[in-house]
Amino acid sequence: MAYLTRNALVRWLMQNPIWGFVLIVFIFFSLMTDHFFDLRNFQNILVQTSTIGLIALGMTLVMINGNIDLSVGATLALAAAFAVDVQGWAMFATWGSWQILPAVTLALLVGVVLGGLNGFIVWKTGVDAFIVTLGAMLGIRGLVFVYTGESSFYAMNFAYSDFSALKVGPLPVLALIFLLCTIAVHLLLSRTVHGRNSYAVGGNREAAVNAGIRVGPHMMVNFMIIGFLAALSGVLLSTQMGAATPNLGRDYELWVITAVVLGGTKLTGGKGDIIGTFGGVLAIGMLRNGMNLMQVPAFYVYVILGSILIAVLFLDKHFNRQAEGGLRL
Amino acid sequence: MTRKEPALRLQQIVKTFPGVRALDGVDFEVLPGEVHALLGENGAGKSTLMKVLAGMYQPNEGQIYIAGEEVTMTTPLDAKNQGVVLIHQELSLVPEMTAAENIYLGELPRKSFGRVDWKTLHARCDEILSRLKCRFSSDTVVAGLSIANQQMVEIARALTVDARVVIFDEPTASLTDAEKVVLFDIINDLKAQGVGIVYISHRMDEIFTLSDRITVLRDGSYRGTLVTAETDEDEVTRLMIGRSLDLSRNIKTPELGDVVLEVRGLSCAPSFSDVSFALRAGEVVGFYGLVGAGRTELAETLFGLRRPDGGTILIDGAEVATTSPQDAIARGISLVPENRKEQGLVLTMNCRDNMTLPQVGDLTAGPFVSSGAEIAIFDQYRDRLAIKTPSWRQLVGYLSGGNQQKIVIGKWLSMQPRVLIVDEPTRGIDVGSKAEIHNLLRELAAQGYAVIVISSEMPEVLHVSDRIIAMYHGKITREFSAAEVSEDALVQAISGLGNGTAA
Repeated sequence: MAYLTRNALVRWLMQNPIWGFVLIVFIFFSLMTDHFFDLRNFQNILVQTSTIGLIALGMTLVMINGNIDLSVGATLALAAAFAVDVQGWAMFATWGSWQILPAVTLALLVGVVLGGLNGFIVWKTGVDAFIVTLGAMLGIRGLVFVYTGESSFYAMNFAYSDFSALKVGPLPVLALIFLLCTIAVHLLLSRTVHGRNSYAVGGNREAAVNAGIRVGPHMMVNFMIIGFLAALSGVLLSTQMGAATPNLGRDYELWVITAVVLGGTKLTGGKGDIIGTFGGVLAIGMLRNGMNLMQVPAFYVYVILGSILIAVLFLDKHFNRQAEGGLRL
Repeated sequence: MTRKEPALRLQQIVKTFPGVRALDGVDFEVLPGEVHALLGENGAGKSTLMKVLAGMYQPNEGQIYIAGEEVTMTTPLDAKNQGVVLIHQELSLVPEMTAAENIYLGELPRKSFGRVDWKTLHARCDEILSRLKCRFSSDTVVAGLSIANQQMVEIARALTVDARVVIFDEPTASLTDAEKVVLFDIINDLKAQGVGIVYISHRMDEIFTLSDRITVLRDGSYRGTLVTAETDEDEVTRLMIGRSLDLSRNIKTPELGDVVLEVRGLSCAPSFSDVSFALRAGEVVGFYGLVGAGRTELAETLFGLRRPDGGTILIDGAEVATTSPQDAIARGISLVPENRKEQGLVLTMNCRDNMTLPQVGDLTAGPFVSSGAEIAIFDQYRDRLAIKTPSWRQLVGYLSGGNQQKIVIGKWLSMQPRVLIVDEPTRGIDVGSKAEIHNLLRELAAQGYAVIVISSEMPEVLHVSDRIIAMYHGKITREFSAAEVSEDALVQAISGLGNGTAA
């Protein structure tokens, strides 16, 4: 029996190699540095990863659906700029801290609309999502610079910039939001009709069409969700900094895709889950945090992360190739 | 009799795949300067034999001789170097490149420093193309050529080596009549140059025009070689079908219900035109024809995947427009598509999820999909269709072809359709499961479903259908009732022979 359960664990780890990797990284840094194994540091890691993590949740949906979204970093920056700027508008001057509400609402709406636009174009034109969102990435970043006039916005309302310091019990509020979103997206993906149909569309679009599934609306909804999460991420990031800079979120799309792919989601669609993505996000968060504590120079961190990405995917292929040998997906 | 040494000779070739004996002791030979036709129904082993000839498959048993010497060919390149070339049915050209680049793809002549020797290349290619009497030059981009001319480029590619044997696989499938004439001239030229030709086709008229001898395969075994001049279509057909065929199938007149589906003058250019028929509850209608006769396109039009450009579809006597699969499904039309893996199943999903795919939206409890309701449906149809799988969690990709097909059929049965359209229901399925699926289709009809079976396999159509509709080139040529059908008439109706007999 003990053998069986251990066997099941080994099999689970082989299907989710990222969690084995998370475990190794965790043990490694706990042993190698004095400050890693510490509640405050764990809180730190969760807060640091929440930005990328939130977007990674959306990216998992979009990639399982057979698409990709490169515009998330730019969307994040635009949403952050709106959130910080709008609360300072004269019309809300007498609202006190309530001025944050319309600002954040508008910022999130911007994310949803931009995402929806991406999805709509992909749906109606049939142009590859890679190209559409590459264009969106450039275009939206341009809008950010137009809007901010190349300078940063600063939040004048201290309630806004203090938000990120709040805690609920032992959990920093940013970490809590990330965890709640993780659970919500996990349920959406694994339990709802929309989630199921997203897998079907990404797994075999033609079969999905033949089963009467309307492909376009599902894609559009997923793009709206990732737009929302990118905007939310932008808002939370700007509360941490008390400001929105025009270069906010640069390269985030690459970090996000790295985390999602590490978590076992396939670029070709149809495969992946939130549990894996959460592992991928944690792995990146712990590596960056741990190497920082070990005072590894920042540029080496990139080299190491890049190598790990390739190594993990190689192992995944190696372990899962035998299982899928007869399948030839 | 002094015989020429065969250019290529296969002796007692056996090729097995898991669960199937695709070739069972097949003999075949081509003499230099001979056109040898290879004939058999779909699934008879023609394509397997062709792939053995071209070095794509290695036989499990048997010998291959080229010009009298035993050889082993492990890759298509091996075969090409030995002078055996295959002209693929689907063209495999790079459309953006010129004819010359395609002809010498991978083997471009070179000068120093790896530069391409364009002069030699074009000189050689123009020579080959002129041998083929082609009127385009070798620097034409392939995408700009007609299908027939693209096929010429394929053939030219074969002639870059000193070909002893050229294999044509259904070469006329996409050619017009005029283009066919040109192709036949080329085949005759090659023949005159002493090349051995293997000609694979379904079309009886072409085979009788072109070939010197005919070898017939059936169910993976060798049925005999006939000299074309000394035989006729009847004899060939008989060899192809075999008299052992069980015709005593359920010709009990079924209890027919009302007309469920009626089609009047339906057209969808260029696939089919002016198609009319009616389908009653409790009846199986077989659509028989060659690949490309327009049957699949007809099914796709009924299912809302294609827009017809004329004619009407009536369900229960009321005219309907099925403009999308959702429409068709809502009206009770369902389609089990031709290619299970590409069009019917999501291979990355498990059995249960595939089964409930079209109706998962109705199986919810609160915001979530009810796993219990899904499993109940899966269990019900697993039992009803005897699907063999260890658990609903199994990915469908791991199931056998027969069980995969049953999942697709179960998917639609669970939607309670009125009309079930099944396109090539047993393609790539082993013999045992085939019979099971045939029985299943009969049972469904007995339960009051109206069933359309599209098939290119005659035994299948004969076995399951109450009525058979023959199609040729996008038109219904003839309709048979199960009682009056004869195989000869059926073969004629689908090969464009005996046009006068259209009922």
